[in-house]
Amino acid sequence: MNGRIIAAAALAIGILAPFTGIYTVFLMKALCFALFACAFNLLLGFAGLLSFGHAAFFGLAAYVTAHGVKEWGLTPELGILAGTAVAAVLGLGFGGLAIRRQGIYFAMITLALSQMVYFFCLQAPFTHGEDGIQAVPRGYLFGFIDLMQPMNMYYTVLAIFVFGFAVIHRAVHSPFGQVLKAIRDNEQRAISLGYRTERYKLAAFVLSAALAGMAGSTKALVFQLASLTDAHWHASGEVVLMTLLGGMGTIAGPAVGAFLVVAIQNYLAESGAWVTIIQGVIFIIVVLSFRRGILGEVVGFVAKRKATPAAKPLEPRPASAITGE
Amino acid sequence: MFELIGIPPQALFGQLLLGLINGAFYALLSLGLALIFGLLNIINFSHGAQYMMGAFVAWLLLRYAELPYWGALILAPLVVGALGVVIERLMLRRLYELDHLYGLLLTFGLALVIEGGFRHIYGISGQPYAIPPSLQGGTNLGFMFLPTYRAWVVVASLALCLGTWAVIEKTRLGAYLRAATENPTLVRAFGINVPVMITLTYGGGVALAGLAGVMAAPIYSVNPVMGSNLIIIVFAVVVIGGMGSILGSVITGYGLGLVEGLTKVFWPEASSTVIFVIMAVVLLIKPAGLFGRA
Repeated sequence: MNGRIIAAAALAIGILAPFTGIYTVFLMKALCFALFACAFNLLLGFAGLLSFGHAAFFGLAAYVTAHGVKEWGLTPELGILAGTAVAAVLGLGFGGLAIRRQGIYFAMITLALSQMVYFFCLQAPFTHGEDGIQAVPRGYLFGFIDLMQPMNMYYTVLAIFVFGFAVIHRAVHSPFGQVLKAIRDNEQRAISLGYRTERYKLAAFVLSAALAGMAGSTKALVFQLASLTDAHWHASGEVVLMTLLGGMGTIAGPAVGAFLVVAIQNYLAESGAWVTIIQGVIFIIVVLSFRRGILGEVVGFVAKRKATPAAKPLEPRPASAITGE
Repeated sequence: MFELIGIPPQALFGQLLLGLINGAFYALLSLGLALIFGLLNIINFSHGAQYMMGAFVAWLLLRYAELPYWGALILAPLVVGALGVVIERLMLRRLYELDHLYGLLLTFGLALVIEGGFRHIYGISGQPYAIPPSLQGGTNLGFMFLPTYRAWVVVASLALCLGTWAVIEKTRLGAYLRAATENPTLVRAFGINVPVMITLTYGGGVALAGLAGVMAAPIYSVNPVMGSNLIIIVFAVVVIGGMGSILGSVITGYGLGLVEGLTKVFWPEASSTVIFVIMAVVLLIKPAGLFGRA
């Protein structure tokens, strides 16, 4: 099984990465965003729903975790669970509203709803407005693993990412995932086959929101900070960019995109406006010239050359399947 | 003076006027979005950035060419519209055969580039734009003070909205436009150049955003993020009104501006979210929007 080899290699790279001299905070940030993007892609890539408001789940979960850990003394695992749970509940509410419309309306509704969460985070007393929640203690995982040790924190983040990724992989390859793809490709047909498509879409939305929340909660612990940046619509745009760049039809593509986008942010951290300009340019280039994204193109190239199911575990989904090109 | 439920009338009518002004911009922008969506099937995410560009072009014209407000009111929308024509020809044109979402993503990227570019050059602090001398001052209506410029904005935007409606509903050009919205292939078969019409529609819709930007310049300070904050609210307005009818989006725009103004008087904390809450309620009751076709 070629896919298992790739997965094992990726895991080995993940385990060995901190020893290569790469800054662990960068790796942890990238892993958090990778999970965020993979969660987002569950909706866009496999259910065909473009949410432009996923920062709401990411950002709010970060606030909940930061507040819980700092003010209520929750342990890190409980803090992350709390953030994930709140994101899931919020996802149930937003998803329930947004799936009442399709296509571009879906995108506009999720964007507007997330802006509401942004204003809530700006005004609610516990979020401390522009300052955010600072100096969040990382604490002891399960009571005895000191997360202030960079290596302990790194492997915790890696474990959370692998768990989240496994959940998404399982969901996509389950009968539930098959129905989602059917809805993406032809919703009317799925309805005529007797599926209650709105329930499937809502379930996918809640799962995606919960995992996005888990990513946000983890990021709050890594940076010991929950701030408005993570709830801003820019963050929603960034996760779309990561997914699009990496390949929205593929299961691992968004993670690749996340690493690239976070790397760009890191190298250009000095000049904020340039990051925005470059992200915009990447959007334009990807939409105009390679809509399958990096991994989608690679998978397509390999599949074309070998004409074997080599890349099967990656589930190559050409853009045409999503867009009806 | 009389008081209304404990609110001094100056405050009440002042906020209502502000609401009406905001509503004027909601109406102008959602009108442009609806126009573009009707013919191109694209949600123009860069609409806010193009509105901001209108304001900036006016400011640049005043600063470097000493062109006064009235000149900018004509020239700035033309510049923004011309850029829109270029964007449509070079980029959007390639996406018509694809899913609508790609148009949204492309214009989102454009918005980032435009906003980032202006932020890089001019920073995020605003640039002041003086009210033209002929529109300075105001009149005391007894129950409130009405600044002339604000009255002008309300009247001008109403006239623009009605004018656009009249062009689309009452002229031959508008009839072609409506026909092309319904069935572009058939309209082409009658010998009408639909691709040119699409280009001009995008240019026109964008120019309308630029014009709104020029009118906004003396009221809000001219800054690179003025558009992105506005466009999200306008999206909610579009969802509430539905994009089916021109008059519908105009009425929704003004109505929601007024509601927002009233909320500022009675419950200031909720004023930034009230439109989103209304959107949620409308989605529950009438998912297609108030004026939308199901």
